[in-house]
Amino acid sequence: MREDYEVIIGLEVHAELATKTKIYCSCSTEFGSDPNTHCCPICTGMPGVLPVLNEKVVEYAVKMGLATNCKIARFSKQDRKNYFYPDLPKAYQTSQYDLPLCYEGHVDFKVNGEPKTVGITRIHIEEDAGKLIHDPYTGDTLVDLNRCGVPLIEIVSEPDIRSKDEAIEYMQTLKSILEYLEICDCKMQEGSLRCDVNLSVRKKGETKFGTRTETKNLNSFKAIGRAIEFEIDRQIKELENGGTIYQETRRWDDDKGIGYAMRTKEDAHDYRYFPEPDLAPIVLSDDYVNGIEAALPEMPNVRRERYITELGLPEYDATQITNSKKMAEFFDKAVAKCGNAKLVSNWLMSDVSRKLNESEMEIDNIKFTAEDLGDLITLIDKGTISSAIAKKVFEDMFETGDAPAKIVESKGLVQITDESAIRDLVISVINENEQSVQDFINGKDKAVGFIVGQTMKASKGKANPGIVNKLIMEELNKRKNG
Amino acid sequence: MKITHEEVKHIAKLAKLSLSEEEVEKYAKDLGGIAEFVEKLNEVDVTGVNPTAHAVDKYNVFRADELKDSYNREAILKNAPSKEAGCISVPKVVE
Repeated sequence: MREDYEVIIGLEVHAELATKTKIYCSCSTEFGSDPNTHCCPICTGMPGVLPVLNEKVVEYAVKMGLATNCKIARFSKQDRKNYFYPDLPKAYQTSQYDLPLCYEGHVDFKVNGEPKTVGITRIHIEEDAGKLIHDPYTGDTLVDLNRCGVPLIEIVSEPDIRSKDEAIEYMQTLKSILEYLEICDCKMQEGSLRCDVNLSVRKKGETKFGTRTETKNLNSFKAIGRAIEFEIDRQIKELENGGTIYQETRRWDDDKGIGYAMRTKEDAHDYRYFPEPDLAPIVLSDDYVNGIEAALPEMPNVRRERYITELGLPEYDATQITNSKKMAEFFDKAVAKCGNAKLVSNWLMSDVSRKLNESEMEIDNIKFTAEDLGDLITLIDKGTISSAIAKKVFEDMFETGDAPAKIVESKGLVQITDESAIRDLVISVINENEQSVQDFINGKDKAVGFIVGQTMKASKGKANPGIVNKLIMEELNKRKNG
Repeated sequence: MKITHEEVKHIAKLAKLSLSEEEVEKYAKDLGGIAEFVEKLNEVDVTGVNPTAHAVDKYNVFRADELKDSYNREAILKNAPSKEAGCISVPKVVE
């Protein structure tokens, strides 16, 4: 991005709430079922039906509001947002217009080590729309209404975000909070957490905002980053070439890596909101709000600080582990088992993360348990196996889910710590490598490394490396001085 | 209150209706009459009255988050003029 421009970004984040049933009827919210099997007259918009609000939707939205420092409205109502689209059988979406449940909050997080605060304008409840599927045989569009009426919260940020990195960290922060509250499953690839990016650019020093565009429905961190880069670039080029930015809705094609304007709808924003007459206002007491606040779980930023100050983890590691509640819980269990927080953290950050990425798995799908990882670390701490062998055991654990002690025993991987056995090995290696011994005597210390390597190899990696080093130096010095 | 032809056309467009010029003329008159009737409300003095969106003094009508059976798909799709692969089929939607 050019140095003389700055970018102004606000995000609208949609999170599907993890309730069992829909927002206004008792149909299931389960993802991935046969089309149109989670439907009833209420969620398909039949005339004469009466929607009734799911109490969990209010509770979950208030939780998110409190966790993001919002004020909670003591009086709130729902409104109809009118537009025609085949995925919306009622021809209006029930949402909230002027009196959202939560407002004026903020979240704090770090971007490349620097503290950042992004304001939350509002959080409101609304219903999701159905799914449109293109039928390649007939060219028609097929409508699946299962998702119609799945509860959503929309989290609207202030235009406080100034870079792609800030946008991604902000989204990551919201995702962590939603996971910690257990109010959204946050499966971005299934669309249960997605965002719209409002973006404008302006010359540095300019005080007025430029015209913004809205890129809709981004459902991965990668897509958010790429769509932002693309749109910044496009707007700057347009302005530099004397063009105009139009306020428009845009789509992002992540496969092709391009954004494009949707067919301009002149009346797109004429939603003619009006109060939903079928749904009663929501009035929340102080007792209700205080009760929810008292029961909030530990938030990711608090847990991170605890890991840094109490367990001595580096800030980066603590952030990575606490970003995901499941990862943090896995960490806690492993530490409880072995008592070595640093080593558990190292394993999670390196080998565990690498294997999870390679196999595109989440930590809760892993075959072995957190306690197994703790046991593996205890085996290293006690000197039963070396770190090098531990990596091999870990590969086995990941494939089979077997307990580390069982793998070590069945494969005969127990570390050799018996000095006389190792000394025999060292002497035979030294005798077979006269050249290296002469090199050492002539002052080439590098020769030691070769002999260490050969000895480890001869022991099939099982010899204790500390003892190997010590004995080799003893034996070599004997030869040198002998 | 006067409703202009442009306003009628705008409302028709939002409602996805296509109107002939005669119909635009007729609806401008009809809608104008309705708006005029509603305008009478402006004559009422509402000083000190809180605005409300609901006529009934009822709030917090909630249901528990408990699963009940949905309708079977045949029943849900019964009124659809065109269906395919368990879905309602509509003319191609272009974005």
